[in-house]
Amino acid sequence: MRTKWLFNLQLGFTLLVCAFLIVPVILSIMAGLTVNYLVGIESGLTLRWVMEVWNGYRNTIFLSIGISLACLVVTLLIGIPTAYVLARRQNALARAIEELLVMPVAVPGLATALALIVTYGSLSGFRTSWTFILVGHVLFTLPFMVRSVLAVLMAIDLNTLEEGASSLGAGWWRRFRDIVLPNCRAGILAGSLMVVTLSMGEFNMTWLLHTPFTKTLPVGLADAYASLRLEVGSAYTLVFFLMIMPLLLALQAFAQPRLKKYVPEDDTHE
Amino acid sequence: MSDINPMSIALKNCAKTFADGTKALEPLDLAINAGETVVFLGPSGCGKTTTLRIIAGLEEPDAGGSVLFDGQDVTQIPIEQRNVGMVFQSYALFPNMSVAENIGYGLKIRRMPAAQVRTRVGEMLAMMQIEKLANRRIDQLSGGQRQRVALARAIAVRPRALLLDEPLTALDAKLRDTLRLEIDTLLRSLKITAIYVTHDQAEAMALGDRIVVMEHGRVAQIGAPRDIYQKPASRFVADFIGTMNRLNGAVRNGVFTCRAGDLPWPAAPADASEILFRPEDIRVTEDGEPSTLRGRIASAFFLGDRTRLFVEVGERQPLVVESTARRDFSHGEQVGLAIDPRGIVIL
Repeated sequence: MRTKWLFNLQLGFTLLVCAFLIVPVILSIMAGLTVNYLVGIESGLTLRWVMEVWNGYRNTIFLSIGISLACLVVTLLIGIPTAYVLARRQNALARAIEELLVMPVAVPGLATALALIVTYGSLSGFRTSWTFILVGHVLFTLPFMVRSVLAVLMAIDLNTLEEGASSLGAGWWRRFRDIVLPNCRAGILAGSLMVVTLSMGEFNMTWLLHTPFTKTLPVGLADAYASLRLEVGSAYTLVFFLMIMPLLLALQAFAQPRLKKYVPEDDTHE
Repeated sequence: MSDINPMSIALKNCAKTFADGTKALEPLDLAINAGETVVFLGPSGCGKTTTLRIIAGLEEPDAGGSVLFDGQDVTQIPIEQRNVGMVFQSYALFPNMSVAENIGYGLKIRRMPAAQVRTRVGEMLAMMQIEKLANRRIDQLSGGQRQRVALARAIAVRPRALLLDEPLTALDAKLRDTLRLEIDTLLRSLKITAIYVTHDQAEAMALGDRIVVMEHGRVAQIGAPRDIYQKPASRFVADFIGTMNRLNGAVRNGVFTCRAGDLPWPAAPADASEILFRPEDIRVTEDGEPSTLRGRIASAFFLGDRTRLFVEVGERQPLVVESTARRDFSHGEQVGLAIDPRGIVIL
């Protein structure tokens, strides 16, 4: 009897916390679909705000997705080898580099952005290009990729696995491709999700780095909230949500491990 | 299975000093015959694994040392080109591959056509009796199954030598016995040159054609298991391999006198002050039978097939005596002892 009472209490509490988190999401979605939010749902539902956002801001959405994917590619290319080297070298220098990599996360984004502008702002072709924002995003997200991959590499006995592979004749590249990469898949996935979502939502730094022609989604969202109706801002969130979910799901599916099936010879007629 | 062409291995002046200055291995010369099973035996830190890793190509010997395979210097050749099979204590199986993929990995690297890989993998699965596990993931296997896969994977590529680094240490005692027998049968049927590293003397005795006992980076003794057991070259070897009893005393007129009594020993060298012998060379005498030494039973362990006695004879260590299981012993009982002089060792 007592355990049932406790269970109900826990269930109630869990549902309450969930509601606390989910209700604002639902309200925000509804706000984006309501004719007049101040009047309420009685004013009717409309796709007008969504269309308005789509027509006015879709470029910011595409730019954000583009930057976040470019950021993912760059952090994968730099981050995985970095994590691999850090995992192999267990010395003070490696630890120091590991700590230094986290600095851009600790330093306020505004400070990093200012430093970038002071240093590279005069290179006008670079300053006005979307790659300027990309540089900031890579700085900010790289530690998340490195850390995630490193954590997985440290958890598996990488050295012995590689020694096993090399005893079977695998050279450096084969070992990296066949053993290291597949076995840190979980870390790469976790890192990738972090990088994409963080880059997509980064506002601090991007606010200073962007130009009117390189406006990203969060910057546009801030504009919309500040200067337009609340309904437009909410519709913006809704559009963003609809665009990012498939992307994240695709990333997850891409990272699913697959084992090849071995079929004994005499079973080939199957 | 005679598709493996065994090779001889030689180490010339191989020493190893690690980056932090630790001397893991003193200069070592060693010749291993083709098709021979050699066991490196010693406590942890004795240099046995380092020696194995130098042969494998996972460690480079200090300058001046060289490794020869069939007389050919391979010191500068990396492990991936040495064609040696390795089995690790932690198995080192690839978690991202199935059992069959693990076994076939070395063949795939050698660019063997897929159909042939499948045939060879099938052979290996059958040989290790793990056909049913072909499509399992590594984390779905027990320790014994993992070690079978690791062996199959190492042998699949037809290596010139098989190097085993404490392959059974991670397994429980019963499984260890079973797999030890399997490995023994396997090595004999393959006629492959094999080097087996262990700290377990029972494993070493069972598997090795020759045993290399190592201590502090040096070779303490090399020899057949029987020689090492019966004629240990040093106190370290005597103590490390099996159980050794010791008695302190002095020889006078063909009699060795110690605290426990007088032991007639015609062949005694005049300067012997300490004698060593194995538990099977001493026995408890029957009532009425003349006994040379006397002692008091400190403890008796009934082991089923025999009783292991610890007999107090006034020495620092009690004597270990193997006795038949039929007789019942009680704590504190006075017993007579007889030693077979043929088993006595002096160091």
